[in-house]
Amino acid sequence: MSMGLLRLLRGNKASAPVARERLQILLAHERGLRGQPDLLGVLREEILAVVSKHVKLDPTKVIVRLERGDEVSTLEVDIEVPNDFERKKVAVG
Amino acid sequence: MAKVLVVTSGKGGVGKTTTTAALGAALAQRGDKVVVVDFDVGLRNLDLVMGAERRVVFDLINVVQGVAKLPQALIKDKRLENLWLLPASQTRDKDALTEEGVGKVIADLRSRFDWVICDSPAGIERGASMAMRFADEAVIVTNPEVSSVRDSDRIIGMLDSKTVRAEKGERVEKHILITRYDPSRAARGEMLTIDDILEILATPLLGIIPESQDVLKASNVGTPVTLSNAEGAPARAYIDAARRLCGETVAMQVPTERKGFMDRLLRRRAA
Repeated sequence: MSMGLLRLLRGNKASAPVARERLQILLAHERGLRGQPDLLGVLREEILAVVSKHVKLDPTKVIVRLERGDEVSTLEVDIEVPNDFERKKVAVG
Repeated sequence: MAKVLVVTSGKGGVGKTTTTAALGAALAQRGDKVVVVDFDVGLRNLDLVMGAERRVVFDLINVVQGVAKLPQALIKDKRLENLWLLPASQTRDKDALTEEGVGKVIADLRSRFDWVICDSPAGIERGASMAMRFADEAVIVTNPEVSSVRDSDRIIGMLDSKTVRAEKGERVEKHILITRYDPSRAARGEMLTIDDILEILATPLLGIIPESQDVLKASNVGTPVTLSNAEGAPARAYIDAARRLCGETVAMQVPTERKGFMDRLLRRRAA
């Protein structure tokens, strides 16, 4: 009996090809990043610096998320800003 | 000329220490003079796998720091004339491994042995980078499993950039050794195939060690698997790998599924 038929009878799909594909995509990405500065870290710091110029914020309340999709990826920057930041800004200005 | 070989992987628990002991014993049995060096400072285990845990007096750190001379720290194997062990320290910190100190010890070992086999700790920290730093060749121990393959890829990147050879523009000769290979799971498509692993890592194959009880039994009694059951499948695979390291051409044996009880019964009847 062929391996394929056996598998069909058992009703489970081979997971090794999935492992192979996931690894190939991941490693192509990681090899490209090797030796490069940590992009997410750099983005986080620079965005923080820009926002901090205008608003006083708590660096621990900044969350940066990256979601990789097939076509596009999204970078989500979530900055928690105190409600009274505009008044503070006026006070400073 | 002496060769410095690092046994490395990135991931822990894949079989680096077993491989160091088995290849060391197999090379020594061929008549080469071999030293196996444990770089896993703080978590040494090569002494245990080699059955020399009660004979450790001085260690690699003592030699690096000049507290002991190299001949005082080397432990001679009780079974093989040509096999020696340089244990790691169990109490010290891995920061005690200075590049200068390790370089001197490796140079000294080169003058005394044909093979200096460095058993790397897991990870990519100081111990691992020192174990590979002076290597001429590397055996990358890989399990047919995604996390192990990913870590092997990372280690290959380090071998190509962070070794003395790489910095001089030379190459560290790299070999993949696949361990814990389970033919029945491979046949069911549950495990990355040999071809998948070699294609992804783009590195030549040194050997395939089948998953086997022999390996656990060998470590239980403190004997390299190539000596404890020399006729077993893992021992034969390691002995072939050692021959390939010496430049011999040996046909690659891909472990196959062991026949079950019914198969054997039916075959006996038929015969």
